[in-house]
Amino acid sequence: MNFSRKSLGIPYGVFLVIFVAAPLFVLFYYAFTNGQGQFTIANFTGFFTNPNAIGTLVYSLALALVTTAVCLLIAYPVAYILATSSLKSKGVIVMIFVMPMWINFSLRITALKEVLTLLEGNLALHPFLNSVVGMTYDFLPFMILPIYTTIEKLDGSLREAAMDLGADPVHTFLQITLPLSVPGILSGVSMVFLPAMTNYVVLDMMYNSTYIMGSLIGSYFSAYNWNGGSMIALILLAIICLFTLLTNEKNSGTNRGGALL
Amino acid sequence: MKKTSYGKYIFLACVLVLLYLPILILAVYSFTSATNIGAIRGFSLKNHVTLFTTPELVQMILGTLVLAFVSAALSALLGTIGAIGSFYSKKRAQRFFNVLNQVPVVNADVVTGFSICILLVVVLNISKDTYIPLVAGHVTLCAPFVYLSVMPKIKQMDPALYEAALDLGATPFRALTQVVIPQIVPGIVSGFGLAITLSLDDYFIATYTKPATFDTISTYVVNATKGAQTTIKTALWALSTVIFAVVILVVICMNVHEARAAKKGVAA
Repeated sequence: MNFSRKSLGIPYGVFLVIFVAAPLFVLFYYAFTNGQGQFTIANFTGFFTNPNAIGTLVYSLALALVTTAVCLLIAYPVAYILATSSLKSKGVIVMIFVMPMWINFSLRITALKEVLTLLEGNLALHPFLNSVVGMTYDFLPFMILPIYTTIEKLDGSLREAAMDLGADPVHTFLQITLPLSVPGILSGVSMVFLPAMTNYVVLDMMYNSTYIMGSLIGSYFSAYNWNGGSMIALILLAIICLFTLLTNEKNSGTNRGGALL
Repeated sequence: MKKTSYGKYIFLACVLVLLYLPILILAVYSFTSATNIGAIRGFSLKNHVTLFTTPELVQMILGTLVLAFVSAALSALLGTIGAIGSFYSKKRAQRFFNVLNQVPVVNADVVTGFSICILLVVVLNISKDTYIPLVAGHVTLCAPFVYLSVMPKIKQMDPALYEAALDLGATPFRALTQVVIPQIVPGIVSGFGLAITLSLDDYFIATYTKPATFDTISTYVVNATKGAQTTIKTALWALSTVIFAVVILVVICMNVHEARAAKKGVAA
């Protein structure tokens, strides 16, 4: 039998070309054509001259920034306390923090919505606040885990050395632990920031309204406007590329995977 | 040494309470006849009965599970052979695999779902009713994660073992199935588990590619929260409770299993 291990990659290679590369090319084609298939940049200029679209872009960036910041402010101390604590069953406690990820997000958001409605009444009255709360609730575990893993792996003797050399705990934290945990922070940020810009269904469920980039694709999809939707998708793709370059994930991006496992 | 401070543990407890309170409140209310959180009503199993006796709900749950298993199985197969093939390919081919594999991982699910919908449904005219776009979409989402979890296991493997099998007269195919695959099983299993989780939790790819008559838990719940049909709404509280219980059970089983494995490891 003529068989080589290399040829095992062919089915997956073909799969990647058809379902990953080809859709992106089609997206590109649709973004720069109109309904009749003629080349046009109208979709592009249309987006950047439409105040509503720009408003949505700004709103989703703001929402993503605030959500990421809130997640980081809660997740970092949690991860730090867990990673540096001397608790015996640390693994189990981390598991408890991560467990909500395995409950379907739509059911978790339903639960949150019921509780918030009881507390505030009409959720649509505070759209930004509730969006941040909903997204933080949904994405928090994705921020905790990568930071925890990074701090956990840090060499404890570095901290001890700093203390021995006379640094107080604040300095030790600011000059040793914090800089060394940056990779974990970056993976956490990339796992929260991008979904916060695009995951419109959280807002949709909370108060029947959507103002973020992802929802534009949704509305073009409902209107069968493939060209307009493709342009939004392409703009999102550009933002994602830019963001990935900025956070410069050298750890070959097992982020989402690593966090879920 | 410094004194133990309880402040930090109180902080952890607070975060946990915030994470779990909504789910727990919903769980309690799923066992009452109340239709709103906050109302006080008597104990009732009505919601749980409705959940398992309404054909629409049962079909939706089974459909979600079948979809998850089918997509995860296909992803495990594709991702595993893809990782093996890529590992033994030349540098350039390997780069090709790694880069394309990374796209669905970093991409927003909205974009992945929308682009697959455009290619398969709009350009190639494949009907959503064939389930092909839906399964293809879910495999596209999941297979890259299998690839990523299998790859490190292949890298850790001793290359001499495969050569030895060949020297001892095994055909390359046998060497692969009996020497290589058994060593990367942990990677395949965790990739499969990851694929199941991703498929179960997906909303966007399903919305853009599913047949109109089919619903996953996510798409169903999202539509149900807008419809506000009370019996369905409260039956979904029961669903949330059941899933929560299943997750707890799985986590406990995994921990017990790990603890036993660790003990065995110490003993051996």
